[in-house]
Amino acid sequence: MTLHATCRDNTDVAVVDFSGRITLGEGSALLRDTIRNLTSIGKKKILLNLADVDYIDSAGIGELVGAYTTVRNASGELKLLNLTKRVHDLLQITKLVTVFDVQDEEWTAIHSFK
Amino acid sequence: MLLMLLDSSEKFGPGMAPQTKRIEVTLESVLESVDLAESIVMRVSGAAGFGEDDCHRIGMSIREGVINAYNYGNHKDRRKKIFFTIVFEPEKMVVRILDQGTGFELSAVPDPLAEENLLRTSGRGIFLMRAFMDEFIVKHGPEGGAELIMAKRLPDSRHDNGGSSASGEKES
Repeated sequence: MTLHATCRDNTDVAVVDFSGRITLGEGSALLRDTIRNLTSIGKKKILLNLADVDYIDSAGIGELVGAYTTVRNASGELKLLNLTKRVHDLLQITKLVTVFDVQDEEWTAIHSFK
Repeated sequence: MLLMLLDSSEKFGPGMAPQTKRIEVTLESVLESVDLAESIVMRVSGAAGFGEDDCHRIGMSIREGVINAYNYGNHKDRRKKIFFTIVFEPEKMVVRILDQGTGFELSAVPDPLAEENLLRTSGRGIFLMRAFMDEFIVKHGPEGGAELIMAKRLPDSRHDNGGSSASGEKES
């Protein structure tokens, strides 16, 4: 299933709704390009809504980590929203739940940015 | 991308494991082979009676194994092949993925859970295969290359054995 991304501006927070699989190839490239585009126009608060992403492979995990680092290096913040159980389990076993700020509710997530 | 399919001796079905003993697929080193291998093993493991979560774990493990062969073994060289075999033994499904690279030592693979590696953008594939399968080893192939060998105990055999495994199964 191809990955799709839709960007919404919510005040100064860019919310990106992803749907599909974040896997090696087009999926991970779309995530990378989306983050690059947002940071290139000065977006520093980015919320990735993964409610409709039920599959991420190791390449996708790597791309999420790369996105986190890219945004942080631009003095910004990247958070994750609405993880499916499988994605949450994956971040749990890879210990990445200790790296990412994972949120369950959009309004709370948006207002949690500094 | 799919060069040959050998010795899938019986039709897939609910009683597949006892009937179909061995499936061999030779894949080209192209990105599409990753999805293809995952798709094949998901169908085979579903037909063998594995539940949805186990099929997901097996599929992801094989995906990671083929990514490893494609990226790090064969370095995306289309002239090199990936040999993918599924064998049903009495109590487990064994999957082998062999590339035509130079091989690697499992002990040399960095631990992705180590604090200093958490922000690395690669290096989690082997970890995921070990986490999701009941058995996982790496050998040097007979003509070089790395051979990943992984196994999942069949659902019936788990039931018969009270869900435990002599090989240190990680129950999910």
